[in-house]
Amino acid sequence: MKKLSLLSILMATFSLLFTQSAMAACGEIVLGSAISLTGKYATNGIHAKNGYEHAIEKIKDAGGIMVDGKCYNFKVIYYDDESKGDRGATLAERLISQDKVQYMLGPYSSGMTKAIAPVTEKYKIPMVEAEGASRSLFNKGYKYLFAVLSTSEQYLASAVTLAAEMAEKEGKKASSVKVAIAVENDPFSLDIRAGVSEDAAKYGMSVIIDEKLPRDLSDMSSILTKVKLLKPDLLIVSGHSKGAATAVRQMKEQNIKVPMIALTHCEAADVTGKFGDAANDILCSTQWAETLAYKDDLFGTASEYEMNFKKAYPEYKDKKVPYQTAQASAAVYVFKDAFERAGSMDKEKVRDAISATDMKTFYGGIKFSDAGNNIAKPMVLRQIQNGKYNVVAPSEFASHKLNWPRK
Amino acid sequence: MDQFLGNIGLLFEFPIVNFKIILDGVMVGALFALAAYGLALVWGVMNVKNLAQGDFVIAGGYVSWWLVEHGFPALLGVPVAFVVMWGIGWVIYKLVISRVIERDLFTSLLATFGLAIMMAQIMNLMFGSDTQSVDLGYPTLHFFDGFIDLPIAKLIGVGMATILAAGVIIFMKSSRMGQAIRATAQDARAARVLGIDTEKVYAFTFSLNSAICGAAGAIIVMVWVIQPFYGIAYSIRAFVIVTAAGLGNLPGVIAAGLGIGALEQYGSHIFGIGYQQAVAVMLLLLVLLYRLIQQRRNRQVLK
Repeated sequence: MKKLSLLSILMATFSLLFTQSAMAACGEIVLGSAISLTGKYATNGIHAKNGYEHAIEKIKDAGGIMVDGKCYNFKVIYYDDESKGDRGATLAERLISQDKVQYMLGPYSSGMTKAIAPVTEKYKIPMVEAEGASRSLFNKGYKYLFAVLSTSEQYLASAVTLAAEMAEKEGKKASSVKVAIAVENDPFSLDIRAGVSEDAAKYGMSVIIDEKLPRDLSDMSSILTKVKLLKPDLLIVSGHSKGAATAVRQMKEQNIKVPMIALTHCEAADVTGKFGDAANDILCSTQWAETLAYKDDLFGTASEYEMNFKKAYPEYKDKKVPYQTAQASAAVYVFKDAFERAGSMDKEKVRDAISATDMKTFYGGIKFSDAGNNIAKPMVLRQIQNGKYNVVAPSEFASHKLNWPRK
Repeated sequence: MDQFLGNIGLLFEFPIVNFKIILDGVMVGALFALAAYGLALVWGVMNVKNLAQGDFVIAGGYVSWWLVEHGFPALLGVPVAFVVMWGIGWVIYKLVISRVIERDLFTSLLATFGLAIMMAQIMNLMFGSDTQSVDLGYPTLHFFDGFIDLPIAKLIGVGMATILAAGVIIFMKSSRMGQAIRATAQDARAARVLGIDTEKVYAFTFSLNSAICGAAGAIIVMVWVIQPFYGIAYSIRAFVIVTAAGLGNLPGVIAAGLGIGALEQYGSHIFGIGYQQAVAVMLLLLVLLYRLIQQRRNRQVLK
């Protein structure tokens, strides 16, 4: 017994010594982030911050970042932008000019990213962001902005591809598919509409209904009546949580039968909880899901990421780990990878290394276009099957088969 | 333009659609009429134009939604919202309205406008900005090959709205308080001289309005969806209806409410749903224009 305890003490000291020496040997790379910890984006801002921190811990545990034979760890300076754009821009200035931060992680939401990007661009500070999806971020010619997530016009575009696949399986032409689009009149939803109509045009599909939902939507029966009369094969609805809730409720009431229906914000509207079976077989888009067959060396598979994250952050125990967290972790991973490939602390070299990123991660492939958006990761479509969200597209990573046509 | 013509074409190709549009419109119009009636009441009795009308509606919806979230049956929401909103209306009257009632038009407009902003923000903080709704779980009836759908929840909602409206009408006609309210509306000073406690009448009227709106909101949450910032949509419709029908014209308010509901549905069918509210506002303009011409012809004095 005595021997055993002695041994364990010895081991403990040893391991302590070892980790201490390892930590002492590692330098620090300081990243900056102005992120929403209070205000209307606080919930998602905190999800993102937790994602950053989780990845940093993971990297530390895995031996840090090896740059030119020396080991480093990340450290992030956070400021709360209070969910206000002007505050975000001021804080970015402060991070760069006072705290001398050379590398930035993104804030939460497209709007906040839009506010900060001109600042990081001015100081030529590379920023890898994980939470700004608007495509207007990537047509400004920014050189130092990189986003790991799919841009918003891709959110439902994969549904068009899926509809084409299904039509061909039935022996029909893809161009015979009729599409109905109902999206809200705001930048995010209009991006989605643009993506869907571009892809529909590529297949030669006809868009038979194309309407814009008002901001204070509570009744869309007139659109659904047209859907009933004109019988489209694919119905796209995007209007934040009110769009999803109204659509699901009224489709049930009006007994709408469209072979394929795709929505955004299914979870925010809690369509499964509120409307039960009426939500079945609806497709919902997401950036990431833990059931995907993606993996990497650092985080393992998508489901291992979820498990480890829940272990590190017990407050997520009873919830799904949001994709906002996963993509934040992926952004940190991109930095690690870029530093190691650059083999240098030189800002320009790191930027070029980020730009040349081509990696497979638990979050999906990451490869940036010249504009800085990620072109290697498709949007994921999940179908509500018996009240559960199951991944059905893209087919090579899907865990379940698509129920089609929707009854 | 092609789309408009196509949409009009659909109306002729499938005549049954007209019936559906009118039916949908009338059902939503019944609730507009309820909110408008409350507005007309306050307007007529106290000469306060309540811009927070729609926010009372939404607040009533949240009362009902909160009850359902805490395990109470959904239909209980309507009477409870009526009572709770009565209380809130009374508090608001004592805190705000009683202070602006004697002031000019703009003071009361500004005060109720501020109230509307406050209420929307408070609801946003309390309940979050997501849309909420209550599902009664009743089936939907289908007629004419499924073209006409009549959710039982909607029927119950409209039925409750009718009962509420009938109750208020009977109350106004036959009860002592109803008489006092009508007397105050006709001439507040004379009413005071004859011993009516107008202060009490004002408080009662405002609370009654708030309660009617609350009940309407509780019905709306069962049939449509609510969100903290949806109040303005109901305020606008209530104003359009009251302007079109005139004060103290109850059958007019009901007819205008149902009519606006139906016209909006036609508007959104033909021009697209994004223009639904534009139709209501266009109607307001037309009504005002018509009123102006009418007044010029009759050489009336604006009171």
